[in-house]
Amino acid sequence: MDKNAALEAAVEKRPARQRRNRAWNWRGLLLPLLAIVTALIIGALVIVFTDESVYAAFREGVGRGFVQAFTVIGRAYGAFFTGAFGNPVQIVSALASGNPVKITRAVYPITETLRIATPYIFAGLAVALGFQGGLFNIGAEGQYFIAGLLTVFVGYSITGLPQVIHLPLALLAGMAGGALWAAIPGYLKGKTGAHEVINTIMMNYIAFRLAEFLLDVGGPMARGDGRPVSPEIQPTAYLPQFFPNSVALRLHVGFLLALVVAWIVWWLLYKTTLGYEIRTVGQNPHAARYAGIDVPRTILVTMALSGTLAGLSGATDILGVLHFMPNAFYSGYGFDAIALALLGKSHPGGVVLASLLFGALRSGARNMQGMAQVPIDITSILQGLIIVFIAAPEIIRMIYRLRQPVEGEGAAISLTRGWGER
Amino acid sequence: MAPVLQLKGITKRFPGVLANDHIDLTLEEGEVLGLLGENGAGKSTLMNILYGLYTPDEGEIYVRGQRADIRDPNDAIALGIGMVHQHFMLIPVLTVAENVMLGMESLRYGVLLDHASAAQRITEISDRYGLQVDPYAVVEDLPVGIQQRVEIIKLLYRNADILILDEPTAVLTPQEVEGLFEVIRSLVAQGKSVIFISHKLREVLEISDRIQVLRGGRVVGSTTPEESTERDLAAMMVGREVILTVPKEPREPDEVVLHVEDLYVRGEHSKMAVDGISFDVRGGEIVGVAGVQGNGQTELVEALTGLRPVEAGRIEIGGHDVTHATPRIITEVGTAHIPEDRRSDGLVLSYPITHNLILNTYYLPPVARGMVMQEDVIRERAERLVAEYDVRTPDVFTPVGNLSGGNQQKVIVARELSRDVLLTIAAQPTRGLDVGSIEYIHAQLVRKRDEGAAVFVVSAELDEVMSLADRIIVMYEGKIMGIVPAAEATKEELGLMMAGVPAAELGDAAASSRVSAEASGGAAEPLHKAH
Repeated sequence: MDKNAALEAAVEKRPARQRRNRAWNWRGLLLPLLAIVTALIIGALVIVFTDESVYAAFREGVGRGFVQAFTVIGRAYGAFFTGAFGNPVQIVSALASGNPVKITRAVYPITETLRIATPYIFAGLAVALGFQGGLFNIGAEGQYFIAGLLTVFVGYSITGLPQVIHLPLALLAGMAGGALWAAIPGYLKGKTGAHEVINTIMMNYIAFRLAEFLLDVGGPMARGDGRPVSPEIQPTAYLPQFFPNSVALRLHVGFLLALVVAWIVWWLLYKTTLGYEIRTVGQNPHAARYAGIDVPRTILVTMALSGTLAGLSGATDILGVLHFMPNAFYSGYGFDAIALALLGKSHPGGVVLASLLFGALRSGARNMQGMAQVPIDITSILQGLIIVFIAAPEIIRMIYRLRQPVEGEGAAISLTRGWGER
Repeated sequence: MAPVLQLKGITKRFPGVLANDHIDLTLEEGEVLGLLGENGAGKSTLMNILYGLYTPDEGEIYVRGQRADIRDPNDAIALGIGMVHQHFMLIPVLTVAENVMLGMESLRYGVLLDHASAAQRITEISDRYGLQVDPYAVVEDLPVGIQQRVEIIKLLYRNADILILDEPTAVLTPQEVEGLFEVIRSLVAQGKSVIFISHKLREVLEISDRIQVLRGGRVVGSTTPEESTERDLAAMMVGREVILTVPKEPREPDEVVLHVEDLYVRGEHSKMAVDGISFDVRGGEIVGVAGVQGNGQTELVEALTGLRPVEAGRIEIGGHDVTHATPRIITEVGTAHIPEDRRSDGLVLSYPITHNLILNTYYLPPVARGMVMQEDVIRERAERLVAEYDVRTPDVFTPVGNLSGGNQQKVIVARELSRDVLLTIAAQPTRGLDVGSIEYIHAQLVRKRDEGAAVFVVSAELDEVMSLADRIIVMYEGKIMGIVPAAEATKEELGLMMAGVPAAELGDAAASSRVSAEASGGAAEPLHKAH
């Protein structure tokens, strides 16, 4: 039969099948890696130039100055790496000793890195999905807030439900909140061409002020004990932590959920008709219209999905770590997410890697401040440098004399378009 | 005397491409040199080298016997070399005078623009070379032909005496082309030298004193109009014998597939771009629309394909009322659409060939099962179509942005013509393509017609419409000037209609009677709508 023959042909060809249709390949890692290395080198210079002991050593002699400079860098980055990933020797010996306190201390850094990476992954996926659809969702932070509010409300107000119902319900509330908050600018963009950048920023402010109103002392969602925070959520809404017996180790199931969701986003984008619609609208809305795709509807769906992901960021952070929502709470995840999406080239896999990097940066910097007295703000400098190098890859190509990619190679993601274009 | 311009052994390499391979070229004072070649033959590269936009890897340029080192367009202008690009470099909202003096403004008191003295010089130039134009007219109000004059005046204002005209006739009516030729003749009569770049054989033969043909980055022939024919030149350009006319058998049309009745469509700036037109296209016939660009053809096609709202009137395809239907419904009713702007509308340049070939069928089985795309089906379809439609590509996963224009168009043609449809709408199907690709695409459209589909072709190339179509609709300012059988149409008649003279007023009794006979037979009262 014809069909069988075609099937056989397909099976035959499978081993030789080229994988070029993947939008992302390992060669794409070269630039981000060089960006990170370059940022670390410049960061080292900043550390050296702001360190009084280096100047003192140079006054005693050039040789001693250099020795001191390298000592300072070594100490700072040493503390940074053990803060981000833990000390391998310590981990091995702690595991060998079987002493729970020792183990906790040894694995703490790596669990912190993964914990911080969790909301980063969700928020990064949110912005990346928007980029894929040609939309610049700057509103992930506001969507995170709305999701947090709804999640925490479902978390504390409903009692007597088993965890299998309460937890998913709280997650869904957060997802719905984020989706709604992002869908509004999406609807406006699709219907009127109003630029999503402006409207998501405006929605951020509404979300921030709404949270203030609800959570401030005397507000409808405030705890009532004079503190501007929401009540604690019910334990039935907790996202289980991996180390329930340790207060310090806060890594929770949300991290696995983030990896699963990243895979789902990848599948959705590259394997389904909806993903094809989203990417086509993102790459070329004219061609999308020509192809019969309902562009306004696709924009709305893209924004809603993006908001859902940002909502998951807020929901998992509350359900897994905080267990309540404070007022005047600034996560910064929503804004760092833009950098993550850029760094990850708007690819779910790239976003996961970038999130792990940012988790490590945040976690390591804390240790660097404690152990090497290098201000925690160095992470902001490193993050900033990495973003600059990613956004302006010419700099990296110039420094390392890399060749220009051929046009069309590695589909460029258009981040956003002008006002009034639909 | 030394030639005005001499290129010796110009070589330019791009990664993987030898764009210019030791090109020698001589331009004498007061002559028109026709530079003929397909797209990708290296004409543009050569001219960009001459204009200082590229630096050659090897070779020398001599201007009036002096070795010249042209590093940027300013050097070129200083040497008296000027270029009119295919796409005009004019600012629409400024006046002619403002456009012309842009970059070398005449000033009063060092700060104020001196419109009067600029206008005076422009008038002097226009009088001298027969380039009539009002210096105070706003450019966007001028017809394309006059805008082109402004471009030429810009060069003369800068004292250019070597003028490079890149595909200057692409946007003109036959009458405007004639006007341009008169200007060129007057320029060379007064000592200017012109390089005329084109792929239109007839025009090159008419205007040039000498002709050079480029192919694959090399000069493959130098000749004069007296010594050569269109056929020779075409063969030289393509490297093989070319069929210049579209071979097609006569065929009786079937029943009406596309029915357009009293259609009104607004263009940009809410002007009525399609102004009450009616016509039918039957199965098994090709109807071509002739007209200078910007006379409502684009809006008509967009309205037919659901991309632009219809103001009033009625469109039927295969008996379905699709007046206000979405592009998807129109596709599903059985319409194929080769869009005018292939890079913007017809393709997603960053997508591989595979995903461009499913652009409007991505959601239908067998390409998708439920919402899951079937990569194996998509790849097999792409491999089949790439072979069948002769798309030249390393593999089916190459992004279409990396393909040449002709191959990009073949991807669209493969996608649209491989579907079983009632109606094929092709807008500017061969614009900017080389002779080989044009031949191929024409043959495919004729095949579609022979299979019984209605084919509706819009083209700015009058030759293309005349050789491809069975019937020709001429549009002017959104109205139909006449519908004539292609076999009986003459270029002069069509040219007059394209310039706004309705068929009925042509004076040629035979022509008008033919047209009215056609009108009562094939189309719904086009003449009543034309004024």
